Amino acid sequence: MSACLDIRGLSAVLPNGQRVLRSVSLSVQPGEVRALVGESGAGKTMIGKAVLGVLPKSVRVVEGEMLIEGEDLGRLDAKARRTLIGARTALIPQDPLTALNPSRRIASQMTDRLVRILGWSGERADKRIRQLLDEVQIRDPERVLKSYPHELSGGMRQRVLIAAAFAAEPRLIVADEPTTALDVTVQKQILRLIAQLQRDHGTAILFVTHDLGVVAKVSQKVSVLYAGKVVEEAETAQLFAAPQHGYTRALIAATPRYTDPYASLKPVDESVLAGLTAEIAAADKEWRPSHG
Amino acid sequence: MDEARIARRGLSPRLWLAGGWLLLALLAAIFAPLVAPQDPLAQDLMLERLPPFWLDGAEPGYWLGTDSLGRDLLSRLIFGGRIAFIVAFAAATSACLIGSALGLIAGYFGGWADRIISRVVDVWMAFPPVLFAILLVAVLGTGLSSVILAIAIIDWTRFCRVIRAGAMSQARMDYVESARIAGYGRIGIMLREVLPNVLPSVLALLSLEMGIAVIVEAILSFVNLSISTDDPTWGSIIAEGRLSIHQAWWVLVFPLITLILTVLSFSQFGEALKARFDPVLR
Repeated sequence: MSACLDIRGLSAVLPNGQRVLRSVSLSVQPGEVRALVGESGAGKTMIGKAVLGVLPKSVRVVEGEMLIEGEDLGRLDAKARRTLIGARTALIPQDPLTALNPSRRIASQMTDRLVRILGWSGERADKRIRQLLDEVQIRDPERVLKSYPHELSGGMRQRVLIAAAFAAEPRLIVADEPTTALDVTVQKQILRLIAQLQRDHGTAILFVTHDLGVVAKVSQKVSVLYAGKVVEEAETAQLFAAPQHGYTRALIAATPRYTDPYASLKPVDESVLAGLTAEIAAADKEWRPSHG
Repeated sequence: MDEARIARRGLSPRLWLAGGWLLLALLAAIFAPLVAPQDPLAQDLMLERLPPFWLDGAEPGYWLGTDSLGRDLLSRLIFGGRIAFIVAFAAATSACLIGSALGLIAGYFGGWADRIISRVVDVWMAFPPVLFAILLVAVLGTGLSSVILAIAIIDWTRFCRVIRAGAMSQARMDYVESARIAGYGRIGIMLREVLPNVLPSVLALLSLEMGIAVIVEAILSFVNLSISTDDPTWGSIIAEGRLSIHQAWWVLVFPLITLILTVLSFSQFGEALKARFDPVLR
């Protein structure tokens, strides 16, 4: 069986020629959660956007392939690509405040996609979103469906967005730091919900985060990203038990621990970063895009 | 929107006052032949320069007095309102449609479309608007439709700029990105996701523009470049009043008050509407 998502040697550059993704390869198997972890600016979100076909105009993919369930996105024309991405993927966005249209009711925003893109009947779509709202434990779906986004709390909006993401039964969901913008107390509930729905629906998730605590909770596999380069890739348990790469070790060491929060807060070791930077600079010097 | 919600929030006094004046003026203009106490064109030199009703020498039936040809001022203002409102609605709506469409395209699509439209707007706005209007009417010829056309041609840029800015900030929103991921076309996203969010600004601006159109029409009438000189317009009444300011101040003052109240009401009404319909302020 082919992987749900397969990225092979993906490189992308800014207009000034600077590389933002450096031959990234990673795959997500059906029903698997792959965490993509790294600091801000490491290119985590960029990978998510590349998969979903919404890279900013200034970023150009110069080499590599992306396959969704064995179909090479690069070989499809724009329309077929949009259709494929629209039908098989979904996004759980970072900021629930800006991810819902303020001037439209929740109901229309949720059913819209099912009706217009997947061609479902209004009735079927309505039934479906009510079922999903129940799954994300929204107790009063009537009120929520009638509401405008600003009438709901951040946590409620994120639940709505999770329900919307799962509603069309996508094969792959890109979750882009879905808990970062939320209160700590709500974060846990949301993570649990995503994990629950993921298990129930068997959806593969590419889980973008900078939080190793989150990684440990939700994912089976991890890719560690630094400056647009995958520096380590492993099963989650194995990564925490025996990190291979110096940067991963430093990242794990930098995670605060409840037992002794201040002592455990270490910045990532300078020497590790210096080594990585030199390595990347050397690779950049030799790098030529294979096409484009 | 919920009826209940409107009731709970209540109507602001601003909306009441502005809306009330506009409604009054609009109804008077529509039913002018029924409402006006006199024929606005009837001259009677025996009745020239009658003062308004509270001054000595006023005649009953001539509430705001008469001008130097003995024509009833109130009736002339009411009939003048007809042209003012026709121009306000037609010119503002045309300017709004042209400007909003171009602004939406420029702001949402960006790139070449934006560069071309924005440059045109820049060039357009370099023309002094009143001179531009006078020039246009001179070229198009006087008459109601030329005045409307001239105002629309000049003022679409106002809408274009505001809507462009709104659409640009909307285009960066996550829900627009989500819609793209879901596979919506660009036009669909523009109309379904972007347009509803810039609509409150469009409404406010539309109302403001109606006020501006009333002023421009008055200015054109004032310089005798609007409609035929027989039909009373607020601008032409003001122009006549200016000549007899020392003998009959009311001929200048009342049309000015009418004009100011109307323009002010349009702008306040627009602001109040925006506050009411803006999803974020709501």
